[in-house]
Amino acid sequence: MTDTDHAIVVEGLRKTYGRKHALDGLDLTVPRGTVHGLLGPNGAGKTTTVRVLATLLRPDAGRVEVAGRDVVSHPDEVRRRIGLLGQHAAVDEELSGRQNLDMFGRLYHLGARRAAARAEELLERFALADTGRKPVGRYSGGMRRRLDLAAALILAPEVLFLDEPTTGLDPRGRTEVWESVRSLVDGGTTVLLTTQYLEEADQLADRISVVDTGKVIAAGTPDELKARLGGDRIDVVVRDAGRLAAAASVVAMAARAAAVTTDPDRRLISAPVTDRMGALTETVRALAAAGIEAADIALRRPTLDEVFLHVTGAAPAGAEAKEGAAA
Amino acid sequence: MTHVPAPAHPSAWVLADSWTMTRRGLAHWARQPVQVLVGLAFPVMLLLMFAYFLGGGMTVPGGGDYKEFLVPGMLALTMAFGLEGTMVAVTQDLNKGVIDRFRSLPMAPSAVLVGRSALDMLQSVLSLLAMIGVGLLMGWRWHDGLGNALQAMGLLLLLRSAMLWLGIYLGMVAGKPELVQAVQILIWPVGFLSNVFASAETMPGWLGAVAEWNPMSATAAAVRELFGSPGADGGSWAAQHALSMAVAWPLLLLAVFVPLALRRYRGLGR
Repeated sequence: MTDTDHAIVVEGLRKTYGRKHALDGLDLTVPRGTVHGLLGPNGAGKTTTVRVLATLLRPDAGRVEVAGRDVVSHPDEVRRRIGLLGQHAAVDEELSGRQNLDMFGRLYHLGARRAAARAEELLERFALADTGRKPVGRYSGGMRRRLDLAAALILAPEVLFLDEPTTGLDPRGRTEVWESVRSLVDGGTTVLLTTQYLEEADQLADRISVVDTGKVIAAGTPDELKARLGGDRIDVVVRDAGRLAAAASVVAMAARAAAVTTDPDRRLISAPVTDRMGALTETVRALAAAGIEAADIALRRPTLDEVFLHVTGAAPAGAEAKEGAAA
Repeated sequence: MTHVPAPAHPSAWVLADSWTMTRRGLAHWARQPVQVLVGLAFPVMLLLMFAYFLGGGMTVPGGGDYKEFLVPGMLALTMAFGLEGTMVAVTQDLNKGVIDRFRSLPMAPSAVLVGRSALDMLQSVLSLLAMIGVGLLMGWRWHDGLGNALQAMGLLLLLRSAMLWLGIYLGMVAGKPELVQAVQILIWPVGFLSNVFASAETMPGWLGAVAEWNPMSATAAAVRELFGSPGADGGSWAAQHALSMAVAWPLLLLAVFVPLALRRYRGLGR
């Protein structure tokens, strides 16, 4: 029988491209009406997971149920209950926003009149009503994303997939998308969200699964994960590279940190802190007392790289590219 | 809020969904009228070039006006060359993000391809009418009555529909625009290796035989017969059975490539 408490059930999901295991036994359970974040670097398997769940990709092995339906045996049943916001805008660039939504509404079999009315409603809701005949190709990134989201919501889906919904958006666009997602969840929609940004998962998700090399390597609420990750960090950049070692021991004392890392190329010292403000004032004071000049001192959240260092004990493949992404 | 409509199986929606996809294509036309006109003008230009630049030096087998010989051939060639436009459009479409949206909707999966074929057939009818109009201006006529002329146009559109589905399939197999270019070049020798511009009997023996069995030659010869144009008769078996061949060839191609194309579309993402 179908699982009524869970909008998404994934067990032992595998997908192989040639010799590469894109998904290597991924498990995931998402209760109805919640937001679940899939957090991980590029190539971790986030997008592949979403594509399997959205019936775009056939899994090699494993059980996948979305909205109580099996994606392999009943893809059409699934398609009538999901909305998809992919990484790339899945709209027709040559048509206007209205033409796009009208077309998708017809393809959801709303009929011509209801499709047109629904298009109008969604354009209004996403502040796109005044775009006229302008083709989507000439929309801004934020407008295109909003239209894409509107298209995913034509049928008020039970389950909404958001694959890196805010990548490439400015802070305003990001906030807009977050607000839309929150109001949907208030309406009872289940959301599966992939992101590279810890902050985004933190803002939106009830629970997070950290994914790497096609598997879930850690899962929990944002607070649980953060507790495991050791919280905030302090970064100190010294002016004189020769004083790096001296500064490192000063910072270790001041921040009461056991594990201090140094990066000679960037003249950077980084240490975990528990008492943010106490550590900051103490570090500033101790450095001045030792006569070490700092070029920069900052408190910040752990980056995704540090999440991975902590969870896996090794940096994820291609980690350099995301340096500071969640800072 | 909006609710999920009647849970009919998606294939019940083939016609409605295909029409929606064809409307999408028509909306593209409305946005790019110049492109549509260029598409219609290109074969007309070829017709004029062959009639007036080269036509003076050509002789029709069995005698007669070269223009009378050329126009039916060019109609067949235009129908066959439509393959290229279909292929480009399919390749471009599959590389666009919107295809993911279509594939995640509860629509009939075949509608994307069927809608494309309906749009291209419409384009072909317009193209055929433009060519016939220019042909008439050039002095070409059909001589065996309107009924036969309409039959000829039916055969031309049948060839077009076969080439269209071949184009859809090739477009999906090629996948990338770069590979489409190879087909765009190859189509020329294949198109000319036929009786469109010259009788196959004028070609070296084995080449002539290949040209006579070219599906395009069958349609060109059949159409010449129905229009009562000169140069319709050839000695070979293929030439003598041009009418049946002009029906059999496209049906064979359709029987092979429609299922292949539909299966390939459904298999996307495997």
